[in-house]
Amino acid sequence: MKTSYRDALRAALREALAADARVFLMGEDVGKYGGSYAVSKGLLAEFGPERVRDTPLSELGFVGAGIGAALGGLHPIVEIMTVNFSLLAMDQIVNGAAALRHMSGGQFHVPLVIRMATGAGRQLGAQHSHSFEGWYAHVPGLRVLAPATLADARGMLAPALACPDPVLLFEHVRLYNLEGELAENPEAWRCDIRSAAVRRPGDAVSLIAYGGGVPLSLEAAETLAAEGIDAEVVDLRVLRPLDGETLLASVRRTRRAVVVDEGWKSGSLSAEIVARLMEGAFYDLDAPVARVCSEEVPMPYARPLEDAALPQAHKIAAAARKLVAGT
Amino acid sequence: MTAVDPVPFDKALAIGLLSDMLRIRRLEEAAAEWYGAGKIRGYLHLYIGQEAVAAGAVRCLSREDDIVATYREHGHALVRGVPMKAIMAEMFGKAAGCSRGRGGSMHLFDAAIRFFGGNAIVGGGLPLAVGLGLSARMLEESRISACFFGEGAVAEGAFHESMNLAALWRLPVLFCCENNLYAMGTALERSESQTDLCAKAESYKVTALRADGMDVASVHEVTRDALARVRSGAGPCFVEYRTYRFRAHSMFDPDLYRDRDEVEAWKKRGPIHTFSARLKAEGLLSEAEFLALDAKAMAEVSEAVAFAEAAPFEAVEDLARDVVAGEGP
Ligand SMILES: Cc1ncc(C[n+]2csc(CCOP(=O)(O)OP(=O)(O)O)c2C)c(N)n1
Repeated sequence: MKTSYRDALRAALREALAADARVFLMGEDVGKYGGSYAVSKGLLAEFGPERVRDTPLSELGFVGAGIGAALGGLHPIVEIMTVNFSLLAMDQIVNGAAALRHMSGGQFHVPLVIRMATGAGRQLGAQHSHSFEGWYAHVPGLRVLAPATLADARGMLAPALACPDPVLLFEHVRLYNLEGELAENPEAWRCDIRSAAVRRPGDAVSLIAYGGGVPLSLEAAETLAAEGIDAEVVDLRVLRPLDGETLLASVRRTRRAVVVDEGWKSGSLSAEIVARLMEGAFYDLDAPVARVCSEEVPMPYARPLEDAALPQAHKIAAAARKLVAGT
Repeated sequence: MTAVDPVPFDKALAIGLLSDMLRIRRLEEAAAEWYGAGKIRGYLHLYIGQEAVAAGAVRCLSREDDIVATYREHGHALVRGVPMKAIMAEMFGKAAGCSRGRGGSMHLFDAAIRFFGGNAIVGGGLPLAVGLGLSARMLEESRISACFFGEGAVAEGAFHESMNLAALWRLPVLFCCENNLYAMGTALERSESQTDLCAKAESYKVTALRADGMDVASVHEVTRDALARVRSGAGPCFVEYRTYRFRAHSMFDPDLYRDRDEVEAWKKRGPIHTFSARLKAEGLLSEAEFLALDAKAMAEVSEAVAFAEAAPFEAVEDLARDVVAGEGP
């Protein structure tokens, strides 16, 4: 069946709402407006305003209310328009949802899913374009997901809802219009939310990416293949907890790695991945690990500047080429 | 206020207000057109329908005063005195833009005229306005700060914290709430238990006034009165301007949540044609004068577009400038 990333996310939401009366969706403009990225379009008509609940512009309030509703026995799915606005709710997520289980000595837990858009590429400027998922991946108590394929867009919500802890789901804005085939059989998308996935096998270099970086890395791998360099593309899928085994296994095979992350380099998820490779595969490496990340500027508006600031397929290919040529 | 009330000020001011509204309207129509042509990208939030608020209110401020605005700020920037060329170039993403192409439509800035920018985090500007007011007080300067925001922002904690701080410290802040009834697709009564916005401000002991945001004369008079209170040292003031946006929230909005009849009814109260009709009825404006004003606005827009098109982008090598102050201490 032909589908899109957006439609796959919606199908997963519809399935979850239909399957369990404790599940409900809430967020800004998820109902009457149809979702700021049209993910929840049509769900209000289907499930009504109690279960597809429009909220005022009160990120801290409704995210906190989602935590409370989860404590009270519901399975809320909270949508925050973008990760940029989630900073207004970060206190509730980090000081609240993430810490409650441990802080209460295991008495309470928060089965909550928070979805949000992330990433740049649409010239939305510095307050709408950042990739803060790495910050959340820093926090014990959270599980952080980044679907990069149609199957993961369709399949990740169910295990996220089944997870007894708070799960953050990051949808990259450049992926919403991604289209392709997805079989109707649930086996085509059923998945875990623990492991990374090899999206393209190869033996010359590992391109380690997630979210919006995955299609870029696949594109770079095509370019490299034409030059005789066989790149492997590893999709992290789960940013916390990181599946170190899959990463290390790939890098031990290819002996070279390029880490792709739309976040900034300093103090980042990409830095964490490089550290894991140093800790676990240092003697297997034939070259220093390379990174392709966003330049260290608040995201600029102008097209040429935004393009220059972001990871691009050609930058990934160049980084990989250099590693292979240098050894 | 109805069309038969006499315009409460002299011809020069009346013509100035009308001209500002026309300049905003023509600027924005061009922005929409160039958005369609792909030269302007990202989010573009048009102010069409709300022009009376920026035109009537910003003109009340003095050059020393501070302004904080939102992502729907083309009108405020223009009336404040950001050159139309610099605004258009910014939307085109060019280095000659008022934010060097870094900000775009939502982030117009101009330090020289104390325009502290378009803030695209809803409610994000209010605490800044409080702090600007605090700085004026502590530095014993006579300026005040004016903060524009939509009614959607009153749901944010930042609104409530800012009201309280400004009132508690009796700061010279003018809170200008443009109530256009919708925050994206969410109508006021679907998001607020208390829809009387003035009552919210008053609950913090902030003086609250209301103006007809479709009537530039009402906006101007009420804002002038509010400013007089703020300048007198009586503390902050809140003004609710009842207004309406004629276009969708942004260029991505299919606008499915508003009744067409409602939109058409508000358009009948459009601030430009109602005010010009009133001026004509009073003999303050002839059709020829109106056409001349409009032609002038259009000419300014054409010039701004030509300038924006011809201007170069910032060199990519300069991407990392203006992140921090060079070497620092
Ligand atoms: C903190 C935050 N949450 C959500 C958004 C997305 N958003 C942008 S504008 C807007 C509606 C704001 O409505 P209002 O304050 O009434 O101003 P208007 O757009 O009507 O001028 C929303 C939800 C945002 N920019 N910032």
